Amino acid sequence: MSEKTKENEAEATANGSPKPTSPNADLKHDFASFWNYSPAPESSDFVEIRKQYQHYIDGSFSVPAKKRYFKSINPATEEVLAEFAEGTSEDVDKAVKAARKAYDKVWSKLPARERGKYIYRIARMIQERARELAIIESMDGGKPIRESRDVDVPLAAAYFFYYAGWADKLDYAFPGRKAEPVGVCGQIIPWNFPLLMLAWKIAPALATGNTVVLKPAETTSLTALKFAEICMDAGLPAGVVNIVTGAGQTGAAIVDHPDINKIAFTGSTEVGKIIQKSLAGTDKKFTLELGGKGPNIIFEDASVDQAVEGIVNAIFFNQGHVCCAGSRLLVQEGIADKLIKKLKQRMETLIVGDPLDKNTDIGAINSKMQFNKINEYIEIGIKEGATIHQSNSSNLPDKGYFCKPTIFTGVAQSNRIVQEEIFGPVLTIQTFRTPEEAVEKANNTPYGLAGGIWTDKGSKIFKISQKLRSGVVWANTFNKFDPTSPFGGYKESGVGREGGLHGLYPYVNLK
Amino acid sequence: MSDRIDVLKTYKTYVGGKFPRSESDRTYKVKNSNDKIVANACRCTRKDVRDAVLAARAASKDWSGRSAYNRGQVLYRIAEMLEGRKDQFIKELELLGMKSKEAIYEVELSVDRLIYYAGWTDKYPQVFGTVNPVASSHFNFSTPEPTGVVGIIASDTDPLLSIISLIAPVIAGGNTCVILASESNPLPAVSFGEVLHASDVPGGVVNILTGYREEMVDHLSSHMDVNAVLNTIFDKKTRKLIDENASISVKRVVHYDSKNWADDTHENPYLILDFQETKTTWHPVGV
Repeated sequence: MSEKTKENEAEATANGSPKPTSPNADLKHDFASFWNYSPAPESSDFVEIRKQYQHYIDGSFSVPAKKRYFKSINPATEEVLAEFAEGTSEDVDKAVKAARKAYDKVWSKLPARERGKYIYRIARMIQERARELAIIESMDGGKPIRESRDVDVPLAAAYFFYYAGWADKLDYAFPGRKAEPVGVCGQIIPWNFPLLMLAWKIAPALATGNTVVLKPAETTSLTALKFAEICMDAGLPAGVVNIVTGAGQTGAAIVDHPDINKIAFTGSTEVGKIIQKSLAGTDKKFTLELGGKGPNIIFEDASVDQAVEGIVNAIFFNQGHVCCAGSRLLVQEGIADKLIKKLKQRMETLIVGDPLDKNTDIGAINSKMQFNKINEYIEIGIKEGATIHQSNSSNLPDKGYFCKPTIFTGVAQSNRIVQEEIFGPVLTIQTFRTPEEAVEKANNTPYGLAGGIWTDKGSKIFKISQKLRSGVVWANTFNKFDPTSPFGGYKESGVGREGGLHGLYPYVNLK
Repeated sequence: MSDRIDVLKTYKTYVGGKFPRSESDRTYKVKNSNDKIVANACRCTRKDVRDAVLAARAASKDWSGRSAYNRGQVLYRIAEMLEGRKDQFIKELELLGMKSKEAIYEVELSVDRLIYYAGWTDKYPQVFGTVNPVASSHFNFSTPEPTGVVGIIASDTDPLLSIISLIAPVIAGGNTCVILASESNPLPAVSFGEVLHASDVPGGVVNILTGYREEMVDHLSSHMDVNAVLNTIFDKKTRKLIDENASISVKRVVHYDSKNWADDTHENPYLILDFQETKTTWHPVGV
């Protein structure tokens, strides 16, 4: 009996009853040998990037107190893109004072409807400048233009649009309660979705009547300062939004500032814990959106081809720089061999390369630091005895930080690559026999942000999704986001929700 | 007065549906408001805290998996049992120095508060859950789920009413808990454990420890298998300690400063929500 027939037979009986199979079911997606993609670069000619950027404080661009700047590079070319002001506690203090003044004098006195209209304006202006923002996002952060153009920027606009409408409807959001703004919010965002995370933070904060001091990540400050231009163009009152650039120390200055009422942080669990600790004993409210090690569970009765697409989207979307990435594949034994084979074939079709090329599936790793971290984890995986497989179809560019799509099989639950967040295009694959075992393995990390379930059986979806200890469950889909949909983690993946009605809670005091 | 000698009660703890003494075998003296010794209470230790967390964790799967209707019935059953033992609790509160009228009021309000929360179990998910109109073709909904194991540091005032006000919203929401009872007035809490035992509350859902707060707060709030802490002790040092310990494993912390447990701010579903996580589920819509 040939290999092929054996496999088909095994498949036909896997679920008890024979299933019709296509004679071409085992054909490989061998696109590369038919043709090569021609480059399709997005032009960045019309994008203006200045040599140097200042903080945005009290409605204008403001030279940093210590006059120190740091360089930000394009991770796909390793060339310097621009210089950004290094925020010190003086700068943060100035920004907090501006935010307080704007809160007391202007923003809290503005009728809610007018507040909303400013936010609508911002939403519209993001849409108007969408292409420019998308290109900048890809140049600054390394993500494929397709993602920044189709996901990051439109969603950022959508978040502003959604929360703008809440501004004058808050009385309906909290039954029996009246919502009051908390005051000045300090917000610290990560580098994986720079503009989108800014939108997640600023939109609900402004809608509920707060003013903000936001610090973008040091490797991706550019769209935040473009957003500052938008605030100015929208005529947003000075001091309502303040943007201070810098690294960890700038963030610490925000967290420790005594006149900030609320801290919103998105980033690693490690830093989140430090922030939670430094807020101990204070009255500051806080929300933390931290790391994850998302399980992606594939049952035998799932549609294998859809599942393969889902796995690819779960782990290779945005180079795997996604806190809710499906970085742990759990596949039921009966289909494991077939699924892994198909996954490997699919990986060969992924194009790794120039983020500005519209054909690119996987762009550049965001920074050298992250690049090194991912490679360290790949080393760890090999040392732990796991079997590595990387796709070989793409020749990686000579310059820039690029990482091949990587999977590890033969891993154990206790392996570091299974337990720790890698934040790169690295997937571990484990198998399971029973649904109980899948749940047990899925929940067996300190994280609980998101997970995936793939099965054709509705009752199984509900059973498993109820048992997963995570804030988001994607059933027969993965990595979907929407402004109406609450997002946030259980356990060490964070505290609080962003998005949807639930995302209003962190920014109000209920009376 | 007859010459009959009263039978005094030995106050133990309530852990995992049983009434063990502290593993340390140590006790401390509980005094009433006239400084008269009324009983010996268990002086629990770190080991007792760990045992209690273990029991709470073990009970979590069953309790959080119960239907909302069933949890409501169990809470209602606690109220029924407490109603039946009103006299015992009134006496106990009097023993601690409370005036008779106040004691009656506290016990009756405690019963009513349990009924209040019994009624919420199958309603708060409707009030706070949402169906989210996402732009893509997916069905998307959010529901509250219990946070897990909650450590409760109880108040010294209104010893029965306060403990019920703290426990009821936590367990109504499907959590299990470990309570450090009031240090100065632990007796009603321990007796309330007997009520829980006689109701249909599964063992381990509520665990009650007595002892010196200072010896237990640190261990409870730093325990890696505790998901959240509800604290009513309002001194800065304790608050900071709990907050810092919580950061070790990103615990949710609620500090709850109340002087008057009788007022109706203690009856609202937002207190249930304090120990709920929102889970959002997506599924494609298609044929």
